[in-house]
Amino acid sequence: MVKTNVKIGGLELKNPVLTASGTFGYGLEFADFVDLNKLGGFIVKGTTLNHREGNAYPRSAETPMGMLNAVGLQNKGVDYFAQNIYPQLKDLDTNVIVNVSGACIEDYVACAEKVAALDKIPAIELNISCPNVKQGGMAFGVMPASAAEVVSAVRKAYPKTLIVKLSPNVTDIAEIARAVEGAGADSVSLINTLLGMAIDSEKRRPILSTITGGMSGPAVKPIALRMVWQVAKAVKIPVVGIGGITNGADAVEFLLAGASAIEVGTANFMNPAVTGEIVDYIENYLVRHNMSSVDELIGALQV
Amino acid sequence: MKKVLVDLTVKEVLHVNANCVLLVMHSEEPLPMTLPGQFAELRVDNTPSVVLRRPISVHSFDAEKNEIGFLVQVVGDGTRWLASLKEGDKVNTLMPLGNGFTMPEKSGKRYLLVGGGVGSAPLYYLAQELKEIGCDFALLIGARSAKDLYRRDAYEALGRVEYTTEDGSLGERGYVTNHSMLAEKFDRIYTCGPKPMMLAVAKYARENGIECEVSLENKMACGLGACLCCVEDTKEGHRCVCTDGPVFSIDELKW
Ligand SMILES: Cc1cc2nc3c(=O)[nH]c(=O)nc-3n(C[C@H](O)[C@H](O)[C@H](O)COP(=O)(O)OP(=O)(O)OC[C@H]3O[C@@H](n4cnc5c(N)ncnc54)[C@H](O)[C@@H]3O)c2cc1C
Ligand SMILES: Cc1cc2nc3c(=O)[nH]c(=O)nc-3n(C[C@H](O)[C@H](O)[C@H](O)COP(=O)(O)O)c2cc1C
Ligand code: FES
Repeated sequence: MVKTNVKIGGLELKNPVLTASGTFGYGLEFADFVDLNKLGGFIVKGTTLNHREGNAYPRSAETPMGMLNAVGLQNKGVDYFAQNIYPQLKDLDTNVIVNVSGACIEDYVACAEKVAALDKIPAIELNISCPNVKQGGMAFGVMPASAAEVVSAVRKAYPKTLIVKLSPNVTDIAEIARAVEGAGADSVSLINTLLGMAIDSEKRRPILSTITGGMSGPAVKPIALRMVWQVAKAVKIPVVGIGGITNGADAVEFLLAGASAIEVGTANFMNPAVTGEIVDYIENYLVRHNMSSVDELIGALQV
Repeated sequence: MKKVLVDLTVKEVLHVNANCVLLVMHSEEPLPMTLPGQFAELRVDNTPSVVLRRPISVHSFDAEKNEIGFLVQVVGDGTRWLASLKEGDKVNTLMPLGNGFTMPEKSGKRYLLVGGGVGSAPLYYLAQELKEIGCDFALLIGARSAKDLYRRDAYEALGRVEYTTEDGSLGERGYVTNHSMLAEKFDRIYTCGPKPMMLAVAKYARENGIECEVSLENKMACGLGACLCCVEDTKEGHRCVCTDGPVFSIDELKW
């Protein structure tokens, strides 16, 4: 038996395979195709303090080897999650992680506190790509100071594992990673979507109602790998790799680049059974390469 | 209802008009029960410009023979790949998805099925089922021209079919909402087709106090209610067309 478990702060994962927020619903939507208990864990939809309707339709556009989305954090709010969704998830034998989003620091903190009260949620992933409505709408995650500020505030209110999800729409992602590490994050996950745009030339109009949106899917993988590589060298806390992972080999590439775990996003739309297949692939990979533990892969890129 | 991911084998490809093919697909394993108005998401292979699955309505379904039919109109790379399939090819399919049309509980009522273009595809399976349970129904199909219609014999074998064409090449000239058969009494209308047509049908139904169900075709990604890309702005806020729909009563919509 090969050892596939990894640790992210205080969080024990039976294997490094997680799902990316917003692409796996509340997990249950995929239960016909994946044994949820087989995953290291899954990260539920972006959750906010209050109900959000999200952006107007159209909210998605297919692009070469990827897609843009502008869902805009549609969700029914953290209280609804606690009362209606959490009871359906709490007895699963896997880690259910809540992705926490906010429009101001107070909202992030209040939402994180409510999730902290849920016994069977061992960690949150803090989405700092959201615009700070009280500070001109610039995303928290684009400047080291504002990123650190929201992370320290949540750190004080949230005692369990705190993963901070980084935005790639920055000049130097390693600098942001160091700032959030300094502010008390247990781990960083990256990348969130890249800001992009799509145009319908015949109609001479943008395809998304919001004009610009977040790009994801296989097309972003080289950028994501590069950023994971840079961040893994810059911080001591574990890194979770995200971006364009569509199969087991992609997942191994992120581990080699320095990620301790990975998240699968857009690929769930292409193949709803993909996460289970990635778990199997990693196990087989270790056997094929005579490795006894996944630890031997993490950051093992030979350069 | 349990959903499956299944490799369907193409059993037959029929070119039903210049732009549309009928794919009759077979499954080795028993297919889950699939209802009129539900759809499947077909994986498009070997096409670099296509990463997401393509939603296609169930045109026909035979649980005994494990067969399912899809009517595909070519509008881009994904549908072009589907239309180029040959007998024996395999297509990875996610199904059944969505809610389906409300099936009548008791007879004694009259139903009108209004289709436009490829939108009449799901109405074929609906008409088959209505006939099976002995309902009184009629079909009204609109097209630009007679040559844009497809499988007329198959539809006409199920019951009464009336047509409107914009060029007057078949049936009455004009749009479905101007057809003289609307003077008859119908208790419910089921419609699927281009959005302007469905809006006009919905308006007609509302003005005449007729129940009306429409089948929407919003752009989708997951098809499972997980990504929230496909939402329609309904009276209860943004709802997923892939799981709460694709069929909605017009009373639920803001139309
Ligand atoms: C629930 C549902 C059921 C459907 N049933 C059928 C069916 O039975 N038969 C069939 O042929 N098609 C059906 N469609 C539409 C079909 O999914 C699209 O035509 C297809 O995805 C287009 O893919 P493509 O790669 O060929 O074209 P693309 O390159 O993706 O698009 C080509 C053009 O078509 C437009 N388009 C793409 N998707 C849609 C859409 N959903 N609605 C309106 N315009 C669109 C694009 O904006 C673009 O202008 C259905 C769609 C939905 C959501
Ligand atoms: C439809 C959609 C919705 C998303 N919603 C969220 C979200 O609510 N919170 C978040 O942090 N990231 C969200 N993301 C970003 C993903 O979690 C992930 O970071 C990104 O898609 C890159 O990974 P991928 O290429 O594997 O999809 C979303 C992505 C998509 C495609
Ligand atoms: S297509 Fe993903 S929620 Fe409907």
